[in-house]
Amino acid sequence: MDWIIILQAGVASGTVLLFATLGEIFAERSGVMNLGVEGMMLIGAMSAYSIAIKTGSPWLGLLAGMLAAGLISQVHAFITIQLQADQVVSGLSLTFLATGISLVLGEGLSKAGTISLLPFYSIPQLELIPILGPIFFKNQNILVYLGYLVFPLCWYYINHTRPGMHLRAVGEYPAAADALGINVYRTRYIYVFVGGLLAGLAGATISLAISPGWFSELTTAGQGWIAVGLVIFAQWNPLRAAFGAYAFGALRRLILDIQGPMLLFGLKNPFYYNPYLGFFLQMLPYAFTIIVLVLGSREAMRKRMGAPAALGVPYIRGQRGV
Amino acid sequence: MAEPGVKSPLQKIRLPFSVRFELRATEPPKWLSPLLSFGAVVLALLLGAIVIALVGGDPWRSYAHIANASFGSLGVFSDTIVKAIPLIFVGLACSIAFRMKLWNIGAEGQFFLGAWGASAVVLIPLISEDTSRWITIPMMIIAGMACGALWGLIPGLLKAKFKVNEIISTLMLNYIAVAWNNFFIFAIWTEGGFQMSKMFSKNAWLPRLTDFSKEVPALRGLTTHFGLILALIAAVVVWFILYRSRWGYEIRLIGDNPKAANYAGISITRNTVLVMMLSGALAGLAGMSEITGVVHRLQGAISPGYGFTGIIVAWLAKLNPFVVVFVSVLFGALILAGREIQPSGIPKMIQGIILVCLIATDFFLRYRVRIMRRGEE
Repeated sequence: MDWIIILQAGVASGTVLLFATLGEIFAERSGVMNLGVEGMMLIGAMSAYSIAIKTGSPWLGLLAGMLAAGLISQVHAFITIQLQADQVVSGLSLTFLATGISLVLGEGLSKAGTISLLPFYSIPQLELIPILGPIFFKNQNILVYLGYLVFPLCWYYINHTRPGMHLRAVGEYPAAADALGINVYRTRYIYVFVGGLLAGLAGATISLAISPGWFSELTTAGQGWIAVGLVIFAQWNPLRAAFGAYAFGALRRLILDIQGPMLLFGLKNPFYYNPYLGFFLQMLPYAFTIIVLVLGSREAMRKRMGAPAALGVPYIRGQRGV
Repeated sequence: MAEPGVKSPLQKIRLPFSVRFELRATEPPKWLSPLLSFGAVVLALLLGAIVIALVGGDPWRSYAHIANASFGSLGVFSDTIVKAIPLIFVGLACSIAFRMKLWNIGAEGQFFLGAWGASAVVLIPLISEDTSRWITIPMMIIAGMACGALWGLIPGLLKAKFKVNEIISTLMLNYIAVAWNNFFIFAIWTEGGFQMSKMFSKNAWLPRLTDFSKEVPALRGLTTHFGLILALIAAVVVWFILYRSRWGYEIRLIGDNPKAANYAGISITRNTVLVMMLSGALAGLAGMSEITGVVHRLQGAISPGYGFTGIIVAWLAKLNPFVVVFVSVLFGALILAGREIQPSGIPKMIQGIILVCLIATDFFLRYRVRIMRRGEE
């Protein structure tokens, strides 16, 4: 087994989780929990793939995937912000709705043939760094490089810019933000939309770059839910989110690749000789998500850190609340 | 839509009247909630029709087909009931958990574990093949419920001890349950290399109506099985627990106001674990009844997403156990007839639209619409 290649593919696969997790961080930081990530990713993956086939341009596909997921996120925004419905139930229903729509519109898409994918590049000089070079900078998809740029920017935006401060204020203490003249409703709409765009980007990253194609619900295989879990592990911090996303990506790749070789560390590879053990390997990412949640919430309890104070609470102007 | 309680944008246009939304000070009238649910379903079917038309289908033919293929004759109605049985169990499982605001969306996984547990009784086997039905079936019921309850216990404990978000943990356990099931049907209980176990012996089959066709010829070919009786009993039991027992009072109080419940000395930790176990046991029973009443063997494709449909069933029934039974029949029809509809995602999409419309119309339970003449304010 070539560990460099596994880690290289792991970074690529982690990019999907990265985008989805960052999107959910934006939405939750504004006080809106959106459990529809899985559905939005499916819509994004389906639209991106289908438009890329129709137009021949993966870039138009990428744009379409992001916009489609952004649009469907506004269903959740309207129901939770305007109609003040329960965010958990609304997010679940968004998943059902978006999954259903993408299954209907994506019917027959898997047989549609091959398309040109988003380009892969190596970064000159950087790819020559020992170990890190080939893992991060050699023959990666352009979206992977986009991921390297996006997560520090998100962190800077949320923590060190004025609109980022408004975002945090709306999520922590909407009444005070309102008194300062920040439009709470509009802010929440915007960041739910941003969350949708990023979830769509995550979906498009799957269907146009990392594992191209449309395989109905198996396209995402629960990664949207893992992303929701990673947000809690990341404690709503984009830097921790990046760490978690890339680690999970590597784990997912390792599970795929560990069944290949006959020898593992010089011993007989049990996963090669008994392929049925692969079902237990398949459980690992999901089991790890649960473990990560346990660790994350224990640390949060110890440090008395937690979710944005107004997370899940609808804001009603003029009513006493958080 | 206006900001609640604030002037609507309609006012910017000079109309002779204005629309305002005001928080209800009193309970909404009793007839409003069912009316809104009905309206939501109608609205959802209309929206679904638009989408079906957009993708080039004929919505009215699709709907007529659903109605015909599920209620058209006694035979298909019996098949509809068969699809409704697991939905009743899962709908009840979700209802009792949601009533405490515990978001158990792991019913799908608990369903698979219930099916696995029931199968284990006859496949390991724990009892010999010629054990009487009177012993086999109860043992399978107990095993199915126990395994489902175990699958509910894990997220329950994690929630109670470590404050782990139960939505994500139950969902992750769904994927683990399916992989667990697959391991057994691929590797251990496979029959001749096929991805399914051998057929159970007749003693492990729930009796079906058609089994009595010798005595009553009219029952010939009807597939409705004994699981229906179990499901109805479960509905009564859940209703009794929720609305007639002290435990149910505690569950409802925690759901409405956890702080008050805590001050009243009710243990939220204990109830979290217990309710998750009961919820899991009910969903496990769904898997058990599906395996013993319909499939008669353990295999991969035993659920077209019953666990997830149960969430919608529970919500549409407003968590009322008896309404769950009624709503399950409607969704059973959708699942039964939906199998033949193209594109195949349509039933799932309609379910999603129904749920979205339902929670959107709940707005009118909390707000009243007032149309005022200008100058009246």
